[in-house]
Amino acid sequence: MEKNLILAGVGGQGILSIAFVLDNASVRAGYTFKQAEVHGMSQRGGAVQSNLRYADHEIYSDLIPSGRVDIILSVEPLEVERYWRMLAPDGWVISSVTPHVNIPDYPPMDQLLDQLTAFPNVVLVDAGKIAKAAGTLKAQNMAVLGAASPLLDFTDDQLLEFVGVLFARKGDRVVQINERAYRYGKAAGLFFRGLVDAGVAPRIALELGRKMDPATIDPGLASRWAGRVASDPAAAQALLDSEGDLACDRDL
Amino acid sequence: MKREILLGDEAVGLGAVHAGISGVYGYPGTPSTEIFEFVEGIAKKTGTIHAFWSTNEKVAYEEALGMSWAGKRALITMKHVGLNVAADAFMNSAITGTNGGLVLSIADDPGMHSSQNEQDSRYFAKFAQIPCFEPGTQQECYDMTAEAFDLSEELGVPVMLRMVTRIAHSRSAIEVTPAPREQNPLRPSREIHKWTLLPSNARVQYKLLTEKQPELLRRAEASRFNRIELRGKRGIIACGIAWNYVLENLPGDHDFSILRIGQYPIPAGKIRELVECVDDVLVLEDGYPFVEEMLRGPFGLKQAVVKGRLSGELPRTGELNPDIVRRAMGLEPRGGLELPEAPVGRPPTLCPGCPHHDTFLALNEAISIYDTPQVFSDIGCYTLGALPPLEAIHSCVDMGASIGMASGAAHAGYRPAVAVIGDSTFAHGGMTSLLSATEQHVDVNVVILDNDTVAMTGTQRSMATGETLDRIVVGLGVEPDHVRVITPVPKNHDANVGVFREELAWEGPSVIIARRPCIEKVKRHK
Repeated sequence: MEKNLILAGVGGQGILSIAFVLDNASVRAGYTFKQAEVHGMSQRGGAVQSNLRYADHEIYSDLIPSGRVDIILSVEPLEVERYWRMLAPDGWVISSVTPHVNIPDYPPMDQLLDQLTAFPNVVLVDAGKIAKAAGTLKAQNMAVLGAASPLLDFTDDQLLEFVGVLFARKGDRVVQINERAYRYGKAAGLFFRGLVDAGVAPRIALELGRKMDPATIDPGLASRWAGRVASDPAAAQALLDSEGDLACDRDL
Repeated sequence: MKREILLGDEAVGLGAVHAGISGVYGYPGTPSTEIFEFVEGIAKKTGTIHAFWSTNEKVAYEEALGMSWAGKRALITMKHVGLNVAADAFMNSAITGTNGGLVLSIADDPGMHSSQNEQDSRYFAKFAQIPCFEPGTQQECYDMTAEAFDLSEELGVPVMLRMVTRIAHSRSAIEVTPAPREQNPLRPSREIHKWTLLPSNARVQYKLLTEKQPELLRRAEASRFNRIELRGKRGIIACGIAWNYVLENLPGDHDFSILRIGQYPIPAGKIRELVECVDDVLVLEDGYPFVEEMLRGPFGLKQAVVKGRLSGELPRTGELNPDIVRRAMGLEPRGGLELPEAPVGRPPTLCPGCPHHDTFLALNEAISIYDTPQVFSDIGCYTLGALPPLEAIHSCVDMGASIGMASGAAHAGYRPAVAVIGDSTFAHGGMTSLLSATEQHVDVNVVILDNDTVAMTGTQRSMATGETLDRIVVGLGVEPDHVRVITPVPKNHDANVGVFREELAWEGPSVIIARRPCIEKVKRHK
């Protein structure tokens, strides 16, 4: 077993916090790992990434070779495209769709989402919305980690233990918010894939997930929602266009 | 054995602590900063290690040399270009030799992730005729540091540990000793002749250094970090981290003959052993073609074809990676997917609310009345002011260069000659140039951006900020009437433009101190 991840985002979005959790979980699970990161100039709001590799055998290169990236875990949608040419043929993209716009020529969101949803192995979540519902916008990184967790080789407890260690210094409330963001993110990711795997177009699946109150999302309900979208697209669209958030378990 | 998760930089720091250092000395600089900070963290808890950032790398080196003189072990940390600043102390410390172990951990930056060049510090080690270790893994960062201290103390020479960005800033779990070494007792060197490099003494000392060279070579030949495995007719020499990229690509049943180098001087005997068995030899080095150039020599190598950065098998510049090495090894490339590339870059920027931003806006407006004005500047977060939309500064060469260059331009008749420099960079390398300017009454305008910290490298302590800075500037001879302090906030914009205009118009050396704490520092230290 060997997993190669690129953690991507913008300086300040907490890429290294995700790395901290995965590094420690790797050691705890008995894996070897290497994790190269970016310090210095680019941390000032520039594109940042970390190459993170763990395996049940020795890892040599700190950098992942092209074509060997299993997962791009990105806290920002545009940043996915900086690295996705390095993906293995069966590689996955796990990304937030909440844009971090600090450049004048940020591409149109519609175009970006079309490109991302055209990629087959994709999990998209609205980490900004999820983190806010969990208690702070800062927890977007943990929401994306949660969304990626089903593709990783750790239990929730293994990862959450180190989410706890990471934020312990900031007190119980911050720990709980970040745990919640992780759980909401995981549910949202699974719900998105549940919809897509049941035949819902990825753009619709994304919009439906974003429309839901993050606290209510239950991946077990994805197939029922998929059925609803298929049987009555107009009603589904009306729900998407309605005011306010939907509860995932609302009467279908 | 205990296991710890550490950056390569941190592994060096812990290795040094476990090797019994009594002091760590350095100036912040990516990718070296975390070495010092890691030791500093331990020092704060134990109180038994001196850990205080120095004014610049030269000062750091000299302080460390003093600790070595006193018989104790000292670690020096800096980035590659920092060693240029410390070069005088460094070169001559090889002549004096050491008493307590003295190790300099120098972090090179191939690919220039956060630097103005990618100079290779192995040349400096050769230049000074001292041993150099080059780790390829985080474990080696730890192990080599301990060995470097032992070697330094045993042979009485400073020893370099040469890192590169990818090892400095990559994390892994390493095994650390359960039994750290005790610190040395205070036992000052009484060999006065050795430390007093009058020509008569220096000649003796230099001869001693040259006489140590065969022993240094013998150690490198026997080093466990220089390993050779002979198989087929295709040879590889892999230095430091390049070894990882070879292993990443090496098929299990390969027929390469491989020499891995981790300790210098270049183990010539081992290279001969390899070269005599192969038809060609690919030299892989993350940095300059140091070994390759030696191998090639002015007349070429008769026994085998030498491949590397000089022959085009590898790019002449930039960082190595597993893909580049794979291609050079002649293996089938592993392609990535055909996907659209990110359409736009995302360069670093000044943080929202950064005081530099307000200073640059005022300076830009004040100076706009002159014909195509250009501003000399320096190294720090404010170098980002060179990028759009501000484009407020137009040079960045080395620490402190702004004031000297502005003075030189003023000598040539260029007006207004403006230098923009940060408070810590001013302390590091700007004070002497300002003294030169005031003594000559040069018409320069020096803008000191006093944000109370070394911001770019992570908000380390600045040596010349606040009242200390004000006193230094006046002490260096700037007339008090032309030392102006402004607060760069949006509501002061018009007033600040006015201050700039007045000083730009005055014919003589003036200093405008733009004082507001770095917002990142305020956040981190609250």
